[in-house]
Amino acid sequence: MTRSIVVVSAGLANPSSTRLLADQLATATDVALRSHGEAADVAVIELRELAHPLVDHLLTGFPTGDLAEAIETVRHADGLIVVTPVFAASYSGLFKMFFEVIEKDLLRRKPVLLAATAGTARHSLVLEHAMRPLFSYLRAVTVPTAVFAATEDFGGARSGEFAARMETAAGELADLVVGAPRAVPADPFDNVTPFDQLLKG
Amino acid sequence: MQFGIFTVGDVTTDPTTGYTPSEHERIKNTVAIAKKAEEVGLDVVAFGQHHNPPFAASSPTTTMAYVAAQTSKILLSTSTTLITTTDPVRIAEDYAQLQHLADGRVDLMLGRGNTGPVYPWFGKDIREGIPLAVENYALLRRLWDEEVVTWEGRFRTPLQGFTATPRPLDGVPPFVWHGSIRSPEIAEQAAYYGDGFFSNHIFWPASHTKQMVALYRRRFEHYGHGTADQAIVGLGGQVYMAKNSQDAVREFRPYFDVAPVYGHGPSLEDFMEATPLTVGSPQQVIERTLGFRDYVGDYQRQLFLMDHAGLPLSTVLRQLDMLGSEVVPVLRKEFAALAKPGVPDAPTHESLVAARQAEAVAV
Repeated sequence: MTRSIVVVSAGLANPSSTRLLADQLATATDVALRSHGEAADVAVIELRELAHPLVDHLLTGFPTGDLAEAIETVRHADGLIVVTPVFAASYSGLFKMFFEVIEKDLLRRKPVLLAATAGTARHSLVLEHAMRPLFSYLRAVTVPTAVFAATEDFGGARSGEFAARMETAAGELADLVVGAPRAVPADPFDNVTPFDQLLKG
Repeated sequence: MQFGIFTVGDVTTDPTTGYTPSEHERIKNTVAIAKKAEEVGLDVVAFGQHHNPPFAASSPTTTMAYVAAQTSKILLSTSTTLITTTDPVRIAEDYAQLQHLADGRVDLMLGRGNTGPVYPWFGKDIREGIPLAVENYALLRRLWDEEVVTWEGRFRTPLQGFTATPRPLDGVPPFVWHGSIRSPEIAEQAAYYGDGFFSNHIFWPASHTKQMVALYRRRFEHYGHGTADQAIVGLGGQVYMAKNSQDAVREFRPYFDVAPVYGHGPSLEDFMEATPLTVGSPQQVIERTLGFRDYVGDYQRQLFLMDHAGLPLSTVLRQLDMLGSEVVPVLRKEFAALAKPGVPDAPTHESLVAARQAEAVAV
């Protein structure tokens, strides 16, 4: 079976180390899913391309164009890989905006792998002190192992440990995705509460 | 089909001149706009209810009674009457009183209101918005339909042997529309009672309006009020016109760019594409409006928002002249030619009285 894995990347530069980490995690997740006899169908959402529609959404209350499509992609995802650069001791504003404008229950019960990048490893607790509470609030199921990449992790003596951590996280995501029910989003227009039930209060 | 305008009654600075009207001026302008609407041949004018600045429109029935006295044909409605924070006993009595003064030229549109603090100012909680709308309206119906009401609920003090006065004109309460932008429960409520459903339509994409109206129609049929095609649907719309479409865009853009609801966000062009806003020639407004029928079916009421974002009175009156002389006559003819047979008109006091008499004869 093919599972829909959606990558949300808030990298700003091109090429971006955030996107680089996101792609490596997506590949590792595909490998892990294959060990279950399944595969990943990966879609990537680059938030930079949605920056203007995101501001418009905050001001008007509805998504337009590519942003509306991106939200639908997340709605139908079986699992998410979310990656942000660290700005001012937290996830970037652009990253937060995307998760502010999606509907409240869109991520409920969805497995989510958390990842972040920064210039130095000193920022790594952003994963646990900023990102994990955000996704707990959104009622997502966060993968126990989160992945942080400082610039030095992309090479150097300890990059083997980094690769192992990615593999662990991707394996955990794959386990959750395989064990989770398929994403079948409810349509509020199909399942309206009958009025006599509303009248009972 | 009915055509008209709706207003929210905002006091907004004209961004092209920096001029801000006083509340007094805004309220008198609203009356002038309503009288103009009748003069140019529109069928409906609807007034807002708000309890916070920058609005000067807390008491719609006061304005409606004043306008009723100075007009003779136009139907007076609301956009919207706050069913959540207004005591349903006051709504029952205020609108019945107004019916008598206006000789039945009255209906109303219920809305919940989305300004958080207004709820606690009136002793309510915005998180209870839907339950408030449900309970209050159920009580409002009983107060109009039953002479003596004994009632107990969650949100107001119980009533023992209460009679709302005056009784509705000719024993027929005003027709009720339920307005909503995004809540399926309100479409369900309108369908349950066989009331009208009004989709705000102006701030959200058409795809959303289509879903809400389709739900209302399906449930209207489910509750046995008629076929889905016979449900009573109203739509908002927002237009700015000039003979030449480039002039319309040039004149409206400074107002659009800083407008309270969507200003500083999407471009005028993007917003026109995403929502039913039409800025252009009367012919473009005609074509766009006729297109609404493609996704909601034959409908009964089209209201346009014309007097917002700080547009000066003189401009609004010119817009109404154009709407009345160049747009609405064509829309009337074209919609009538397109309409499927068997689609009813929006109820009026006269039609509701006639229906009640026919029912009495049948029994």
